[in-house]
Amino acid sequence: MTEQPRFTTDLAPLRTYAFGHRSLTWWGIVAFFLIEGTAFALAVAAYFYLMNQEKYWPPQPIAPPGLLAGTLFTILLLLSEIPNTMAKKAAEAKDLPALRKLLIVSSAIGLVLMGLRAWELDSLNVLWSENAYGSAVWLLLVLHTTHIGTDWVDTLVLAALMHTEHGDTGRRYVDCAENAMYWRFVWLLWLPIYVMLYWLPRLVT
Amino acid sequence: MSEERPRDDYLRDGPNLTGAELDAVLDETWRDGPGLMGWIRSVDHKSIGKRYLVTAIVFLGLGGILAALMRIQLSGPGHHFLGPDRYNQIFTMHGTTMMFLFAVPVMDAMAIYLVPLMIGTRNTAFPRLNAFSYWMYLAGGTLLWVAFVLNVGPDAGWFSYVPLAGPEYSPGKRVDIWAQMVTFTEVAALAVAVSLTATILKKRAPGMTLARMPIFVWAILIVSLMVILSMPSVALASSMLLADRLVGTQFYNSYELGDPLLWQHLFWFFGHPEVYIIFLPAAGFVSEIVQAYTGRQTFGYTTIVLALCATGLLAFGLWVHHMFATGLPRLGYAFYTAASMAVSIPAGIQIFCWIATIWTGRPRFMVPMLWVVGFIVTFVIGGLTGVMLASVPIDLQVHDTYFVVAHFHYVLIGGAVFPLLGAITYWFPKFTGRMMSEGLGKVSFWLSFLSFQGTFFPMHIVGIEGMPRRVYTYPAGMGWDTLNLISSISAFVFAGSVILFVANMLLSMRGGEQAPDNPWGAPGLEWKAASPPRPYNHAHIPIVLDNTPLWNAEQPVAYGLRVEDRELVLTTVLDARPDLREPSPEPTAWPLIAALATTVMFISSIFTPWAVAIGSVPIGVALIAWFWPKGPPHPDPVIE
Repeated sequence: MTEQPRFTTDLAPLRTYAFGHRSLTWWGIVAFFLIEGTAFALAVAAYFYLMNQEKYWPPQPIAPPGLLAGTLFTILLLLSEIPNTMAKKAAEAKDLPALRKLLIVSSAIGLVLMGLRAWELDSLNVLWSENAYGSAVWLLLVLHTTHIGTDWVDTLVLAALMHTEHGDTGRRYVDCAENAMYWRFVWLLWLPIYVMLYWLPRLVT
Repeated sequence: MSEERPRDDYLRDGPNLTGAELDAVLDETWRDGPGLMGWIRSVDHKSIGKRYLVTAIVFLGLGGILAALMRIQLSGPGHHFLGPDRYNQIFTMHGTTMMFLFAVPVMDAMAIYLVPLMIGTRNTAFPRLNAFSYWMYLAGGTLLWVAFVLNVGPDAGWFSYVPLAGPEYSPGKRVDIWAQMVTFTEVAALAVAVSLTATILKKRAPGMTLARMPIFVWAILIVSLMVILSMPSVALASSMLLADRLVGTQFYNSYELGDPLLWQHLFWFFGHPEVYIIFLPAAGFVSEIVQAYTGRQTFGYTTIVLALCATGLLAFGLWVHHMFATGLPRLGYAFYTAASMAVSIPAGIQIFCWIATIWTGRPRFMVPMLWVVGFIVTFVIGGLTGVMLASVPIDLQVHDTYFVVAHFHYVLIGGAVFPLLGAITYWFPKFTGRMMSEGLGKVSFWLSFLSFQGTFFPMHIVGIEGMPRRVYTYPAGMGWDTLNLISSISAFVFAGSVILFVANMLLSMRGGEQAPDNPWGAPGLEWKAASPPRPYNHAHIPIVLDNTPLWNAEQPVAYGLRVEDRELVLTTVLDARPDLREPSPEPTAWPLIAALATTVMFISSIFTPWAVAIGSVPIGVALIAWFWPKGPPHPDPVIE
């Protein structure tokens, strides 16, 4: 370029972070929602596909999964949205002390959830290797455990990070807000799976 | 500390910092480090794109060697050049290599390299994810080929149908290698898709509204969304297959309530969109090439974009046409036949738009345009046999015969490889700063075009005459001998023409004529950057006023980005209004370390399920280290 370019737009006054769909992080997370959502949708489709071919579901003499552990897990997961929403708001308000506390609360809830999940796996009344019903049940639970485990680790990392000197920066608040959004996705996705694993076999049989 | 106000002591581009002085500062900020470490740590989309391209071409060569071996074997009846077991491995490896290690990655390569240049930004979104994806792709491809050399190459077809691929009929680890290679390449493709989607939606130059995006960029956006919605299917299916084989799940075991057809559904829910994932970028190449060599904007811009979208949507409604021979309800036959025929409508619309562009423009038939014409002829033939195959009675007759082999080579080579070779010739000056030889290019085009027809056209006929696919030999007297011999001789000429093309690339890279920035007088922003582009692509972020920015006399630019740190601009999704200044990650080795940890986990999990639990720990550590901020916090953000 030999001649002087024609400068028309000054970018310097632009901000360097924003919440929600203005941020790149948000778009990355939404893309991962789509990937994970597709995987879950297909796993659900596989469950129905297999179920559609059977007269009894679960196949006799297997009993449906025990209700207690899964239901407790679901209730706690729903309750976890309270500190999660508070954490998202605290991040958006850049209220660091509140955010630090809420991330610790969320991390603790994650730990209890992982414990409940272990109990849940123990009360399914079927092993993955018994038949395709068992395989499909375990597939959904393993997928969701990976899902929830990943976001739990994310939350732990952010809880630690926000306690360092890096905490009080715009982009880290965005990270926390988007992590809270991810957690919503994790529990929203669980609700249809809970109904499918625990109530559907009781309703169809 | 978080409310940013621009500080005056940052060096920014603009009227006071432009030209050579600016180039020097930006070079220092954006270039890769020196030596091997610089190479390993690179997050530059151009370096990663070139790596992807070279690796994909190497796999093309390997897949091509396998094809040549098969053509030697099939050149006459009753040959014993290859035994049945080796032959099974070879056709499986050929399909797997070409689909997973060549076709999709080579399109990724072109997109990773070109998209940021075409939309006027300095790097992709999440460039470290891109770097990670390359290492995963390399590891997956290496796994497959090392296993093949060790006689553990998969042998159940590129689609690994159960029950053949299940634990009962495929003992050993061959199928596991295949399934885990799928996991590697799907992780890689998904990572690229996320990166490109975010890049296209958020990093377009100010003024490049969605309606002003180059058609190639539209194609890549649609393809990325298709990857995101289809690749989880094969990753899930192959994980279920691995589980059936390793921990005794029963997904596909019909004796324990499983169903082998579940595999086919899940596989083709990915497998059919995959075809369009390979074809749509090619449609993008053709649109860009036709535009540049006719000197007019591609005819029917909106129509082509809508046709691309329609193809992308319909692609998800066709998968069952691969399963017509499995027995379906009547309604299923009718629906999937109709959907398969319907997809030819948007394909046809695009063809007519390209023809109209050539018709109403001033075409220059240089090498890339020749490839486009070769593409149109060949792809239309492949498309027509596709419509034939959509009809259930015909499909049942020719299912699993060479007719199908002919069809998909016409659409995949004619529909994707020809445009790709045109695109490589077209963008070669941008990649390397040198022109490819026009003379050698023309020779390799005509050799390829003619020998391709000689190789694959006879397969239609032997297919109709009943020659089945995937047989290692055939008896004399079936009437297939001469046609197979013609195919085999032509295949060697075809291989020679592709070697000539690659030789042209290598020779031109060294001794080709120096390329100016815009040798073709093309309108896209990528031609505004230097040939080859500087590490930062564009010195000032361009502002886009219409669909053909370089044909516009007005070419304003934006200014005011920090130049001593890696910074670029994010714009709004629809209108591309400038919105945020965004730091772009600096080079790092963490993507490679994370990919190595993932490789260890993936490969060991072929042998023991505990590898998944134990192997996740180093992966988690690597990812956390990747994310964790290094150095003290900056007042204006930097990603170190």
